[in-house]
Order: sequence, then structure tokens, then C-alpha cells
Amino acid sequence: MTTTTASTELRARQDKGRKAAQNREKWASARTYISAVVILIWCLAPAYWMVVTAFREVDFTYDTTPWPTHVTMDNFITAFDTSFGNRFGQALLNSIFIGVTVTVISLVIGVFAAYALARLNFRFKYLVLGFILGASMFPGVALITPLFQLFTNIGWMGTYQALIIPNISFVLPLTVYTLTSFFREMPWELEESARVDGCTQGQAFRKVIMPLAAPAIFTTAILAFISSWNEFLIASQLSNEATKPVTVAIASFAGAQPNQIPYTAIMAAGTIVTIPLVILVLVFQRKIVAGLTAGAVK
Amino acid sequence: MKTPRFLLPAATAGVLALTLTACGGGGGGGTAGGGSDAEANLEGRGPITYVQGKDNNNVVRPLIEKWNAEHPDEQVTFKEQTDQADQQHDDLVQNFQAKTDDYDVVSVDVVWTAEFAAKGWLQPLKDKMAIDTNGMLEAPVESASYKGTLYAAPKDSDGGILYYRKDLVPEAPKTWDEMMGMCSIAKENNIGCYAGQYKQYEGLTVNASEAINSAGGSVLNDDGKPNLTTPEAEEGLNNLVDAFKNGNIPAEAITYQEEESRRAFQEGKLLFHRNWPYIYSLITTEGSSAVKDKFGMAPLPGKDGPGASSLGGHSAAISVYSKNKATALDFIKFLTNEEQQKFFANQASLAPVLSSLYEDQELVSKLPYLTVLQESIANAVPRPVTPFYPAVTQAIQENSYAALKGEKSAEQALADMQKSIESASAGS
Amino acid sequence: MATELGPTPATKPASGGTPVHHGPKGVGEDNKILSQGKWASWLLAPTIIALGIVIVYPIISAIIMSFQKDAGLDPVTGLFTEGGPAGIQNYVNWLGQQCAAPGGGTVACPPGTLGGQFWSATGTTFLFTVITVTFETILGFWMAMIMARTFKGRGLVRAAVLVPWAIPTAVTAQLWLFMFDFNGIINKLFNVSILWTGSEWPAKWAVIIADTWKTTPFMALLILAGLQMIPAEVYEAAKVDGATAWQRFRLITLPLVKPALMVAILFRTLDALRMFDLPYILTGGANNTTTLSILVINQIRQGFNSAAALSTITFIIIFLVAFIFVRFLGANVVEQSGATGKGKK
Repeated sequence: MTTTTASTELRARQDKGRKAAQNREKWASARTYISAVVILIWCLAPAYWMVVTAFREVDFTYDTTPWPTHVTMDNFITAFDTSFGNRFGQALLNSIFIGVTVTVISLVIGVFAAYALARLNFRFKYLVLGFILGASMFPGVALITPLFQLFTNIGWMGTYQALIIPNISFVLPLTVYTLTSFFREMPWELEESARVDGCTQGQAFRKVIMPLAAPAIFTTAILAFISSWNEFLIASQLSNEATKPVTVAIASFAGAQPNQIPYTAIMAAGTIVTIPLVILVLVFQRKIVAGLTAGAVK
Repeated sequence: MKTPRFLLPAATAGVLALTLTACGGGGGGGTAGGGSDAEANLEGRGPITYVQGKDNNNVVRPLIEKWNAEHPDEQVTFKEQTDQADQQHDDLVQNFQAKTDDYDVVSVDVVWTAEFAAKGWLQPLKDKMAIDTNGMLEAPVESASYKGTLYAAPKDSDGGILYYRKDLVPEAPKTWDEMMGMCSIAKENNIGCYAGQYKQYEGLTVNASEAINSAGGSVLNDDGKPNLTTPEAEEGLNNLVDAFKNGNIPAEAITYQEEESRRAFQEGKLLFHRNWPYIYSLITTEGSSAVKDKFGMAPLPGKDGPGASSLGGHSAAISVYSKNKATALDFIKFLTNEEQQKFFANQASLAPVLSSLYEDQELVSKLPYLTVLQESIANAVPRPVTPFYPAVTQAIQENSYAALKGEKSAEQALADMQKSIESASAGS
Repeated sequence: MATELGPTPATKPASGGTPVHHGPKGVGEDNKILSQGKWASWLLAPTIIALGIVIVYPIISAIIMSFQKDAGLDPVTGLFTEGGPAGIQNYVNWLGQQCAAPGGGTVACPPGTLGGQFWSATGTTFLFTVITVTFETILGFWMAMIMARTFKGRGLVRAAVLVPWAIPTAVTAQLWLFMFDFNGIINKLFNVSILWTGSEWPAKWAVIIADTWKTTPFMALLILAGLQMIPAEVYEAAKVDGATAWQRFRLITLPLVKPALMVAILFRTLDALRMFDLPYILTGGANNTTTLSILVINQIRQGFNSAAALSTITFIIIFLVAFIFVRFLGANVVEQSGATGKGKK
């Protein structure tokens, strides 16, 4: 008798526990979805308005109907129209070229520096760290004039390197700091064991540490790329017609009349440059994360 | 002992960069001296570059093609800047400071002429380099001159115009008081009465100067010294302040730039509106316009008659660092001759600087407001012609904005403007 | 040493323990440090050179210029002439908000001069920085926590989070200006008539909202990367031990994400202290939204040397903030001793 009661009770309690756990899980996943929706709205609502405006006729730029009205493709055609000297297509290529170059170079030299800072023991480490950080402290607007003078003196005005090198310097401090902080978190014992297995230090770093650091490196790459993608101040003064990036191209969109801000064309351009970037990042992310899981060391 | 360790970078940075500076050729500090540069290369001929802001209506390219066809050895390259005046200004400053000969002929906004001239960056247009200004409107020529010397050739002009709802008021008001008297009509129709541009930006300088000048005051006296503590200036600024207070100017006008105010008028929310001529074609053609054929245009209202508009527009100037000044001079003469002026007006609705064109029948039929505009420009007062323009406009904007928002009295605002401008021109 | 917080103090091993490091050549202890130093200088050289050209050169040239007077007008010719050496006058003027007086000497800057805006611009800059960085940290952490979970549609959320940041700032600023218009969508949607750019607090909030929207993804991504590097087993172990969600967050997530989080906050702070585009386009600096960077560019148009002094002052202010950050708040990417690696787990 007593045993049966006890076992029933036990079963009941287990059931209850399981149910509670199930409920908790359900509730947790519901909360996740609610949060996800809130995030989507917060991030996308203004972008939605950008897209809606991009598809609006210029005469109805200021229409506030919350859904698309007076729909047209004209703004996209205007954005790519080359007859008035706009070279948006070229500018897009320039931005991609500059962005990729900046990202690759700053990652490579950033990884070197971060490895040294995280793994090596040397004097003046703090001095170097302070120096690198100090580079992010000067008001960007005050850099233009000296750089203009410098690049004029060495005949670099309007060249790609005059746009790439400053961008590298802007993203390097962040790259180095991020990578250093991540590198310090890495389980370096694995590198040791790889070396015991006969890898050289370089091989150990490439084959063991790099895959583990992939999320960090990938994140840093996105940060570097977007930061270069967004850069405007320096490019507006140091680029020319042939080398100007999209940010400068968008700023030189003009209305049919002076004073008229061509919102619809700007929004169309904004849409054009944003969507491919997001797709690009997603594709890469999937690939890298997949590669990471496949080649997991653990 | 840890603090110095962190501070050390600055020291090393110093050593590192001192060597760099030595090679870089001491950046910055662009100042005059201009004398020798202004004497050089006067006879130079060859390819040149023309620089101006965004060519909104595609009028510059065809002109340059035309020129290039006629001058195979003196080709002109067009360098187009962005659409924003600030950026155009900074771009020019960078190039002048670096003393490059990349820019030969530059388009300068009327308010930049004095600053650039005083820095020694613009070729004085006198003696061998003189151009003929006979037949040009007086105000644009005045605004292209500094200390009695012409530094740029007026290229296009602009003046403020009063737009009014002719379906509601039969005849445009001649004076400010008359206009304020008509505001009851606006109230009856449940719309705002009057608005110009009152956001804190260059447009506010335009509007505040117009108010002050129209009431008989002036921002600077003939010696270029501030002259704002006068009863006339106070009356002028108070006209705007009072209109904001009693609602004749709607409260949202404090956020208006040209386009926001144009929209308010075009949507039928304003009885009277101050703006530039460019909005004419938009109001008459834009799909969302509610007043297409219900508006008229008139000179700005003043104290006893037409008011004093602020002058807009651009001039063409030659860089002192240009190698081919003879070609440059020919080119600015070409840009400002009657044929090209007419082309600008026809294709881009840019107000000509030659008075004869305002009577040109073909143009008048295309741009019916030309007669009004001519009167506006004839009465126009250039915005303060001073090499300290950036400081002057800052002083006007900040203080008149505070007055319009009721944060300080017009009297106080003008006194502060006066002191700020005095301090700016005292040098530092 | 007491205030020195390493990245994860909880797991800090006893120093001087296992020799985790090894130079390229494994010789004696002293030689090892030396050769590591050599090795390190090679690895660091490219970074130092890149920063030297673009950042150090302008900083030094600004410092030199800041000790020069701005050009003055020669009353006879009407031309500007070199101002000559100024000593520390430019600095004194900014800090004391002193402007040139007509008869010579200086007076307190009247309203309407840039000189009179120094302290208010400093205040505004700090206000923007504190509020936006706080918002961005909280929001970013929350977003990262959500994105780190596994659920259907996670890819969509990750893509969405990138959007605000991927839109170039030049477009973002115009977009928000457009939406904050008096007759714009925001007033319409919430059925209010706020003059967003026409009075002090709405203008400030407009800048804060736009900036938070724009840069939260930066925080979220960095924190997410930090979260992804925490091994799942750590959480499972904690769950088995009966830790509550809050305990797991406080005792595992927070300490392990801290290095990434601190770097994110540090760089956001440095960026926010130099905020320029958004307020410049949204409000033009009116209604007390002038930041130090806006003041710098306005001053550049009025006089370079004085602007150089202001840039240098801004540099020093930001330097002090960063110093406090690294020194006292644990935004330190390497540990004080530097020698000991962090043998994790």
C-alpha cells in the first residue's frame, strides 16, 4: 500500500516537474520570439521607411501614408543615371574595393599585433597599447587638413591609397583591441598540444587557433568593413570623380533645384547599398560558422 | 608608478612625429602674402579646370563642350563638387591652402568672396585681368568686390520673393504692417499667415538680415563695422519676434529650411511665404501642389515700400595659383556673356546678372517672375561683405534664433550680435 | 594593483605557474623575454607605422599650430597676415571662454561666438556619450543574448540587426531628419506635434535616438562574438549544479563576456565623444546640441590655429576618459603582469 502511494506520488511529482519544465521551456521560447519581434521592429522600422520612400514618386516625397503609395522605380533609375555625371555604379565598386582592401590589410596586421600583445611578453606593452588607443582620440574632422596637405605633397590626391590608408588607421585600433581581448580568451593549451603533435608554431596557430578564433575574427572583419563602408569625411576631401566611394556619391546627389534635398533618390541609394551588404555578411557568416562546426577541434 | 607608463605614448608619439613634420612641409596656416602669386602666369594659356557645386540642371557641361570645341588647345575640365555649400567651401579652402594649381576657375558663393580675397587666394580682376561689368546689376557686382577691387565675375544672382495666395488676397501687400494686417484672412481660412526660413542655419542669416535691412537698419556699416544697436535694426528683428509670438508665423517655422517652408506653402498651409525663385517651377508643376494656379509673386514687403532682399548667387573667380590665367580670364568672360547668361536662365532658371535680360521677351514669357525678381535684386542688400563672414553669420544665427524662440529680447540679441562681430573682427 | 581587474579575475591562475609561453627560441628566461620583444616589435611594426602616418602626423602638426595666433586682418591692405606665436593663449581662451576684445586684450565671449560654447559643448558631448553608450550597452547586450539562442528565424534577426549599421551615416542622418520633420512620419505615427529640431530636449533626444539606433548593432555584434566563445558545457555544468538563470548570467555570462564588452564600451565611448555627423545634419548644432567635434569644424572655418588648440583639448579630454576607463573600470585587454597567459579551464 504504502509503496504504491509512494510511487504514485513520486510519479505525480515527476509529471508535475516535467510539465513545469515543459511550460518553462515554452514560456522561454515565447519570450525569445517576442524579443525577436521587438528587435526586428526597432531595427527595421526606420529602414522600412527608407525603402518606402525610395519607391515613392519624387512629387510625393513627404507623403506620410505608412504603406507604399505613388510607387515608382524612377528613383533607382535616377540613382544609377550617368548622364549628369553621377557615377553611382563606379562608386559602388570603389566602396567595395576600398572596404575589402581595408578589411583584409587591417585584419592581417591586426592579427599580428594582437598576437604579440596577447601572447608575447615584452617591455613597453602598455606604451604600445596606449599609443594604439590614442589614435582613436583625435577628432576626425581635424585630421582632414593635415592629411590633405600631406597627400598633396606626395602627389597622392584622389588615389585609392589616399583613401585606403586613412581607413586602415581608423579601424586598426578597434581591430587590435578586439582581437587581443579575444586572443586572451583562447584555450592556448591546444596550441601546445598541437606542437607536441609535431606542428610548427605557425601551423599550430593557423590550424588550431585560427578556426577557434573564427567568430571573433569574422566579427572584427564585419566591424572593419562597415566602418570603412561608412567613412565619409576623409573621402569627401581626398577622393576624385574616379575613386569616390558611395557615401560621397550619395552626398552629391542633387535635386532638380538648388536647396531641394533629393530624399527619394538618397533613400533609393541607401537601399541599394544596404541590401547587398546584409546579404553578403549573412552568406559569409553561414559559411564561416559552418566551417567552424565542421572543423571543431574539441 | 603606473600612471607615467600610460602617459608615455604621447611622448614617443611626439618624437616620432616631429621627424614626420619636418618632411611634411609644416601643414596648415594658410595666409595671404598673395602678392607674387597674383602677378604670376598672367599670360599663361593651356588646359584649365573649372570647379563648381553640383550642376543640378546640366547646364555647365554643354557650355564646356561648346567652349572646348572652339578652343582645342585650351580645354576646360569640369570638376563637380557636392551639392552642399559647406562642403564646397571647405573643398576650395583645402585646395587654396595647399596652393595647388588643380583648380583654375572656381565658382564662389557671394558670401565667400571677401574671405577668399582677403586670404589672397583670388586673382584681382583689374588692369590686364579686368572684365567689363557695365550692364551688370549693381548688387551682384558689389558682392563680388572687396575693398573696392573686383575679385570675381558675377555669374548668377538670386533674390528673395514674396509668394502669396492670390485667391485669398487680391493684391500683394507692399509693407510689413500691411501684410500683418492681412493675417486675419489667414485666420478665417484656418491657415498660417507668413513664413520664411528660421532654422538655425545660413537661411536664418538671410531672413534676419532681410528683416533688419527692410526696416531701414543694416548689419554692417560702410566701414565694415557692426551697426546693430540701432532702433531700425531692433524694429526689424522685432517684426519677426512679434509675428512668432502672436502666431502670425506658425510655431513650426522655427524648423523650416527652404524646402520645409516651400512645402507648407504648396500644401496650402500659408497665406504668405518668403522664398527664392527656384520654387516657382516646383509649385506650378509638382503633383502634390495644392496651389498650382492660386499664387502670385511680389517683392518682399518693407517699411514703407519694397523690402530689402538678401542677395544670393555665385561668381566665377580665378585662383592665384593657376598657371593659365589668360585662358581662365577668357573662360569667365565666356561664362558671363549674354548668350551663356540667357542659356542659364532658360535651362536652369538661374537669375541673370545682366539687366538687359530681364526685359528679354522670350525669357519673360518663360519665367514670368523675372520683373518681380529684377525689382527684388535691385533692392537687394548683399549679405555682410566681410572676410569674417563665418563668424558674422554665426553671431547672427545664434542670437536671432534665441530671440525668435523668446529666449532673449530682440534688443539683447542685437547687442550680443554686435559684441560677437566686434570680437571676431578684432582678430585673436 | 588592487584595482587592476583583468579580463576574468575569477579564473585568474596563480601567476608564475605553468610556463604557457614560449619564444621562437627557447633559451634562458632573460633571453626569452628579449627575443619575444624582438618578435613582438616585428609583429607590431605595421600597426605602428600605419597609425604613425595618418594619426600621429596630424596630431603633431595640430599641436604645433595650436601655439600660433590665427591670421589677423591688416587694416590697410585688407589682407590676412600671419598671427605669429601665441604661446598658450589659444588654450587659455578656450578654457576661460575668452574672446578678443576690440581694443586688444580679451573679454568674456559674448553669446554668438564659438568661444562662448566650449563648456556647453563639452557638457553636451558628455551627456550624449553617457546616455547613448548606456542605452547601446543595455540594448546591445539584450540583442546579443537573443541572437545567441537557437530558434527558428535567428538568421533573420541577425540580418535585421545589421541593417541600421550597414546604412551609411550620410543616409542615416538624412533619413532621421526626414522622419523627425514636423510633418514627418514620427509625429504622424505617434499622433504628436513635436518640433523635434526646434527646441532643446526634443533635439537632444532626436540625436540620442538616431545614434542609439545606428550603433547598437556594433555593441550587439561584439557582445555576440564574446558569447559565442563561451563553451556550451560551461552552462550545462552550471545548470546541473542548479544555478538559476540570473546566477548563470551573473556568474558565467557576464565575467566571460566582460573583455569583449569592455572593448566595445571603450570604443563606443571614444567614438561618441567625437560624435559629429548626426547632430550636424539633424540640428546643425542648434538648441544646445553642438558637440566638441562640431565646434572644431565651425572653428576651422574661422581660424585654423585656434581650431588646432581645440582639437588638442578634445584629444586630451578623450585621453583622460580612456585612461580612467582602462585604469579603473577594467577595460584592460592585457593583464598587468603581461607574462602570465590565462590558462583557461
